[in-house]
Amino acid sequence: MKPVNQALAAEFGLSADEYQRVLDIMGRTPSFTELGVFSVMWSEHCSYKSSRVWLKTLPTKAAWVIHGPGENAGVVDIGEGLAAIFKMESHNHPSFIEPYQGAATGVGGILRDVFTMGARPIANLNALRFGDPKLAKTKSVVDGCVRGIGGYGNCVGVPTVGGEVNFHPSYNGNPLVNAMTVGIADQDKIFLSAAAGIGNPVVYVGSKTGRDGIHGATMASTEFDADSESKRPTVQVGDPFVEKLLIEACLELMATDAIVAIQDMGAAGLTSSSVEMAGKGGVGIELILDDVPQREPNMSAYEMMLSESQERMLIVIDPAREDIARAIFDKWDLDFAVIGHITDTGRIVVKHKGVVEADIPLDPLAEQAPLYERPWVATPKPAPLGDVTDPVGIAPALLKLIGCPDLASRAWITDQYDSTVGGQTVKRPGAADAAVVRIEGRKRALAITTDCTPRYVQADPEMGGAQAVAETWRNITAVGALPLAITDNMNFGNPQKPEIMGQFVGAIKGMAAACIALDYPVVSGNVSLYNETEGKGILPTPAIGGLGVLEDAAHAVGLGLKPGLSLVLVGETQGELGQSLWLREILGREEGAPPPVDLAAERRNGDFVRGQILAGKVAACHDVADGGLLVAVAEMAMAGDVGATLTAAPSGVAAHAYWFGEDQARYVIATADAEALLAAATKAGVPAILLGHSGGSGLTLADGTTISVAELVRENARFFPEWMDVP
Amino acid sequence: MRAAIVVFPGINRERDMAIALERATGRKPRMIWHKETDLGGTDLVVLPGGFSYGDYLRCGAMASLSPVMTAVKAHAARGGYVLAVCNGFQIVTEAGLLPGALLRNAGLRFLSMDCHLRVERADTAFTGQYRKGQIFRAPMAHGDGNYTASPEDLDRLEGEGLVAFRYAEADGAISDKANRNGSARNIAGIFSPNLRVCGLMPHPENLVDPLMGGTDGKPLFDGLAAALAA
Repeated sequence: MKPVNQALAAEFGLSADEYQRVLDIMGRTPSFTELGVFSVMWSEHCSYKSSRVWLKTLPTKAAWVIHGPGENAGVVDIGEGLAAIFKMESHNHPSFIEPYQGAATGVGGILRDVFTMGARPIANLNALRFGDPKLAKTKSVVDGCVRGIGGYGNCVGVPTVGGEVNFHPSYNGNPLVNAMTVGIADQDKIFLSAAAGIGNPVVYVGSKTGRDGIHGATMASTEFDADSESKRPTVQVGDPFVEKLLIEACLELMATDAIVAIQDMGAAGLTSSSVEMAGKGGVGIELILDDVPQREPNMSAYEMMLSESQERMLIVIDPAREDIARAIFDKWDLDFAVIGHITDTGRIVVKHKGVVEADIPLDPLAEQAPLYERPWVATPKPAPLGDVTDPVGIAPALLKLIGCPDLASRAWITDQYDSTVGGQTVKRPGAADAAVVRIEGRKRALAITTDCTPRYVQADPEMGGAQAVAETWRNITAVGALPLAITDNMNFGNPQKPEIMGQFVGAIKGMAAACIALDYPVVSGNVSLYNETEGKGILPTPAIGGLGVLEDAAHAVGLGLKPGLSLVLVGETQGELGQSLWLREILGREEGAPPPVDLAAERRNGDFVRGQILAGKVAACHDVADGGLLVAVAEMAMAGDVGATLTAAPSGVAAHAYWFGEDQARYVIATADAEALLAAATKAGVPAILLGHSGGSGLTLADGTTISVAELVRENARFFPEWMDVP
Repeated sequence: MRAAIVVFPGINRERDMAIALERATGRKPRMIWHKETDLGGTDLVVLPGGFSYGDYLRCGAMASLSPVMTAVKAHAARGGYVLAVCNGFQIVTEAGLLPGALLRNAGLRFLSMDCHLRVERADTAFTGQYRKGQIFRAPMAHGDGNYTASPEDLDRLEGEGLVAFRYAEADGAISDKANRNGSARNIAGIFSPNLRVCGLMPHPENLVDPLMGGTDGKPLFDGLAAALAA
């Protein structure tokens, strides 16, 4: 074992200042194991040392928020005594090094964050960003991530109901895998992680501990270089079968009164779970590592404390009910081992083979954790785009857009995810703007979505941050649900660069403004920094997971057109082409300012649309997003296999800007009674116009141009199968 | 009809199956843990879908050796009814209750989408509320649904009318296009010679409620409830 000194601390990712802080706290040179504990607890991944000061500025409260950030996941009241528990978390770095296991264990980790609080997971979503499709590496990363997400999610029997996929060269060396889980619990049966009860046993359940993932949290806190492939041993290996057993065993145990506190062993494994549980409870903890179930012989204390082996939980248990608990884990053939007890010392003491390997005071470990106010510079406001002319015409542009990687049908991906297990999936992937999953045995349903438009955030972080929040709110609204709260997954580059930190700060400001304006707080989240390879950062990507509730699942509407309806456009159209997909795909330009987000208009228009849906006036609804108005109508036509005749024609705006501009706060509604809907809109002060009528087998514009729905479907379906299935 | 669902470790569609059975019979099916050995006078034993033992070794191979399988085999030998769906189908082929095996899907990818099934005969307890030749929709969700058997077994299944369902197109055509997992002769489900054990890969239990996209799977459960009415 190497000597403990500043050089080793640097190897473990601690700066000279941070190592000095360790020496001050300990009053002596720490042991190898102690240094390991400090280094993972103070890693960016575990300590949020660069982001915490800004995360605190996000709104986190509302009457319906039961637990905001700080617990394993956020908890909101969804009525009838039920709570939705949800969070999104990144597994970016492992997914580049080993896509299958990286993505799979990302799903496993977020599931544990949710069921550790007492919830049965009912839905998974994934927000994925990949590099340039022209690169062979991108293809293998997409294939591995999709197989990994499917391999894990399908096996544990939680439906994967939604998510998003984008491509951009900035993700070439840093794909983003952000996994979200939503679970349901009774409000009076929510489990927290604060340890209590001096002398209470600390129980380890789940898989055995191996040498996988040691220092994974530290890896997730550094940039990649050409040598990153050699970091493969720090990637954990998932076992979804054990996870499924763990879910069932934990839920069975939670139905008894045996649990005092419970937390999953995620990043930094046994270290972070024991430190956080004891720290939150204001107690101490003593661990006897000899009793930890081990997969390999001769593991050291350091290895056991830092292992990130998957599918493990730490539980503080009522000693009177230890036998009941043990019997449940025996039934499920899972390890159950008492590995220590709660103390009144305020310290974590780790013993192995009769030797004290670590003895650290908990308060300073948490309170004196580094906290940085990183210098930042605001991203300069982009120059406005100015006039652009249309070189191709409307119909060819539409076909190109719906076939491009960012808009092409995702069926190739979603067809590999079990979206129906559980028997409650009301709106499957692609059927509606948000996934809709009913709560078993009830009428009530949840609407769930993930969104972010990174190119907007890159151009204007504040506007882009607001847009990401607003788009989730809009997608939940478009199915008829009431948006309640979000989880945020902040993926950015190196925070030690002021311009990157400026992106982070801008995005947080925009998100906060949107959360306040839409009454839509942040209840959980995760930060992933250092998403850079050889000095080049990703597009700033604050992925937002939104959740809303429908009192009756039968009220949910999808986006598929039916014949014989009128199409109404809600919201104003100025023809905003800055940072639009049209500009990028047709002219090859990524320029201009993103479409402005008017949060008051968002709220007004969305509340109107939701009201119309719940009043039964709406047969189909789709928000207008990437690609603009004509893409939105085409998506509705393809989903319903029904054409439309658009009688509206642009006035005062160029045709291509009208049809492909990405102005916000807009929805296309299919209704049987356009007159009534338009009258209601006028009364509500909401801009709305008659766009046309559904029917036939083609999409026809006012000038007579017609594109058949079959051709749209063909172009839309091509990209993924042609890219992935041709060797 | 008294129904019981066997729960192997790693099974994940037992709740979906319970919902479908309860809708058809009005009573909750019993859940039987795989270590139990007494089926307790049930009319129908259901082996549901999922990933018993993580599909490690071979799909269904380990579950087929679970303690409860002795009782399931005895139940079948007595002429009892068994419905085996997805992983359940894989388990009963491993246990020798039905012939053949389920291989990896032809494209080597997990397939999760609706498929269409053609009902090959309507004079059984499982299919009595469908018409012969009727096409119905059912979700499928599997990585190993590629049915295979020896040419002799396939000929015997065909000759004795033991093919239950075939993958079809929406218009009824039996084509390669409809046969996404590559199953021999488009076979999606089969019967035992006494027509009392039925195994199939797709999930009719996931299509019994209009809110979930349709009720195409409901006749299977209504038919069982009617045929096995106590």
